[in-house]
Amino acid sequence: MRLACPECDLLHESMEITYGHSGYCQRCGAVLFRNHKNSLDKTLAFAITGLVFFLLANIFPILVFKMNGNTEANQLADGALEFLNSGYWPLGILVLFASVIAPLLVLCLLVSILLPLKYNRLPVIPELQIRTLLSLRPWAMAEIFVIGIMVAFVKLGDFAEVGIGGSLISIICMVLAMVLAFVFLDRRTLWQRLDQLK
Amino acid sequence: MRGLLPITAKNSGILACETCHKLIVCDTVSEKGATCPRCKRAIHVRKKDSLNRTWALLVAALVLYIPANLFPIMTLISFGRESRETILSGIYQLFLSDQWVIAIVVLLASVFVPIFKIAALAFLVISVQMGLTWRPVFRARLYRFVEWIGRWSMIDIFMISVLIALVKLKALATIEAGPGALAFAAVVILTMYASKTFDPRLMWDRLEGEIDE
Repeated sequence: MRLACPECDLLHESMEITYGHSGYCQRCGAVLFRNHKNSLDKTLAFAITGLVFFLLANIFPILVFKMNGNTEANQLADGALEFLNSGYWPLGILVLFASVIAPLLVLCLLVSILLPLKYNRLPVIPELQIRTLLSLRPWAMAEIFVIGIMVAFVKLGDFAEVGIGGSLISIICMVLAMVLAFVFLDRRTLWQRLDQLK
Repeated sequence: MRGLLPITAKNSGILACETCHKLIVCDTVSEKGATCPRCKRAIHVRKKDSLNRTWALLVAALVLYIPANLFPIMTLISFGRESRETILSGIYQLFLSDQWVIAIVVLLASVFVPIFKIAALAFLVISVQMGLTWRPVFRARLYRFVEWIGRWSMIDIFMISVLIALVKLKALATIEAGPGALAFAAVVILTMYASKTFDPRLMWDRLEGEIDE
């Protein structure tokens, strides 16, 4: 079966490679495909793990801020809601989408695509689900959100007392699960699996 | 023509779907309004109007980069005193309080990455328009890096979102977002789209001496 490099258009004859390795373009070095053992199963497992941590991340506060006897804590979506209330609604929508909605959708889409495939069934609307997943992926910025929280933590530490809430750990675990889910996800394997079932 | 042409999908009369990477022989589809038989998405030989779109988004990002740095991204109101912070003064504050690691991370993400991205993409677009054949593998890597690093500029926006949700103790201490943050977020989004609209395959087409688009 032939395949074209998505970045330089060179045609390749695809060959069998051993597990754990990737196929690279001969000319520009782009990754053409990865060959992971049980690729889709691993992605599914990490996506479910990510969803569990996403739920946990919504229960507890992220950071706790103390000053002169007053305490304030924030939760996952609070920053976005505060933007919406303060008149900077485009930022509110952006932050809400990038840190809450997109990561949740990405994890749900992964599960809704891979769980049926695991039991040899077709997802409801596979083309639309996979297309949405791929285009949402760059906008799910949970990992960048974590760094943003850390910068805020350091900045506040200068003039007040700041503590870490239980949600921060959950968000970090969710980020790790999501990153690993995408490490093991191979587009080629996914489309081939769909073609087999059709 | 220099020697043998590398065999690409385009010069073999094959369309490659950008979403699912399926190869479609051109004869079986009509050029206009063709969709991929597998994932049903519109397919093109090359991304549509790539260079013009990338230019437009880059210029818009460059223009907005000015207010993003001039206007405060947030204001701290504490005991009746207001202190405004811009992107650069925020980084300076971090250096002053000896938070070197965080200061460097923010400096990289908020200052170097946006400038680097705009400059690198402009260079790539110009290199295609001038038909440059200089070090294509390096340029391919540069594009891959720009695509990967772009999202990380959002750190400052997320930091502000955490701070405004946390510091709202009325007269004691309150942090409010500033207009600079809006412009900066726009710069990040515009450059993300700019790298998405650029088609790296054009760099290789020029190498094969195809000037038509």
